Amino acid sequence: MIKITVIDREDQAHELDAPTDMNMNLMELCKAYELPVEGTCGGMALCSTCHVYIQSEHDLPEAGDSEEDMLDQAFFVEDNSRLGCQLRLVDDMDGLIVKLAPVAG
Amino acid sequence: MIETDILIIGAGPCGLFIVFEAGLLKMRCHLIDALPVPGGQLSEIYPKKPIYDIPGYPSVLAGELVDNLMKQIEPFNPTFTLGERAETLEKLDNGHFRVTTNRGTVHQAPVIAIAGGLGSFEPRKPPISNIADFEDKGVEYMVRDPEFYRDKKVVLAGGGDSALDWAIFLADVAAELMLVHRRSGFRGALDSVEKVKQLSEEGKITLITEAQVVGLEGNGRLNKVIVKHKTEGEREVETDHFVPLFGLTPKLGPLGDWGLEIEKNAIKVDTLDYRTNIPGIYAIGDINTYEGKLKLILCGFHEATLMCQSAFKHINPDKKLSFKYTTVTGIAGFEGENNSQ
Repeated sequence: MIKITVIDREDQAHELDAPTDMNMNLMELCKAYELPVEGTCGGMALCSTCHVYIQSEHDLPEAGDSEEDMLDQAFFVEDNSRLGCQLRLVDDMDGLIVKLAPVAG
Repeated sequence: MIETDILIIGAGPCGLFIVFEAGLLKMRCHLIDALPVPGGQLSEIYPKKPIYDIPGYPSVLAGELVDNLMKQIEPFNPTFTLGERAETLEKLDNGHFRVTTNRGTVHQAPVIAIAGGLGSFEPRKPPISNIADFEDKGVEYMVRDPEFYRDKKVVLAGGGDSALDWAIFLADVAAELMLVHRRSGFRGALDSVEKVKQLSEEGKITLITEAQVVGLEGNGRLNKVIVKHKTEGEREVETDHFVPLFGLTPKLGPLGDWGLEIEKNAIKVDTLDYRTNIPGIYAIGDINTYEGKLKLILCGFHEATLMCQSAFKHINPDKKLSFKYTTVTGIAGFEGENNSQ
């Protein structure tokens, strides 16, 4: 179990207990805690509704082609943008801080 | 005007399967979908992805599943209104419903089945505060007719295949063409990327990468966009048209105003037969919600089956419904019609 902090769109921080042995990703974690993350496509990197900004200095696996493709179609994209559904929860992410990106139109 | 027994809103897998189950009970169906092709999410979002939990198929591509469903319902001659969004609902004096689309096509039926999935697919609109003010006044979210842009100044935005393809096509049509993209690289089909680069070198396309369109200006009509580069700051670009091409995203849309009980963007139903709070209107598939709901195609198929039994009783309150297996009766299409099976 690790700790992940998710800052919502009202700037409120939620410290979440995240299991690393259930093959879960960050989008699913947010949904499990009923944070306002849609995850419309179900985690296929096809909708960008789980767009987050990484705010801590963690060394995360690089975004794959499908994630970069989707970020090309998303809005409010910054250098620290990632799709939550493509971040599988692992022990190295302990202490990760992310902020939910704004919902686009 | 189009009249049918069951008017299905949404031509995704669940909507298509209603046609089959309704057909077994001799009820005709018509489907409305905002997309130009049947299949819903399966066609629009993930046609090439394998699905592993359709009973009897160890693996099936989403696009293939749609093709198979279309084949399966062929004997029941479903009809379609495609590329139009179901907009308004009216209850008529005879108890039937009238549904009109955004293009004014009128449909009437005693039963409505909403199989709308995540809602209707609409273009993603960039978060520019005044963009709505310029819609159809210089801002279009899709290229309907390339000739519309002949000898005009056009700014396209986006980095996917449709942005690249239209940039290539419109390079010879528009007076000036600019393509704005967030990153330095493009991930579209390799030959399209090469072609855009070549046209850029020839001066037929002005390629601005690592930049986004952040502002629009004009007096009643668009005449300028503000392009913000990652490191070089903002610049103004004179243009007649701005066409942002960022794909489609589903929206619940007008269904939300039909007087249906909505909970968390989904329509509440009774699991007895997936009826909504309005008698004669059912909701199945991803768009409905109830205790224990799972958004799975296979669950939607089950919902379609039970829903059709109830719809039959709603349409024919005095008729007795006898349950039959397809192994016993086979598939009989509608009499007097030219069926392929």
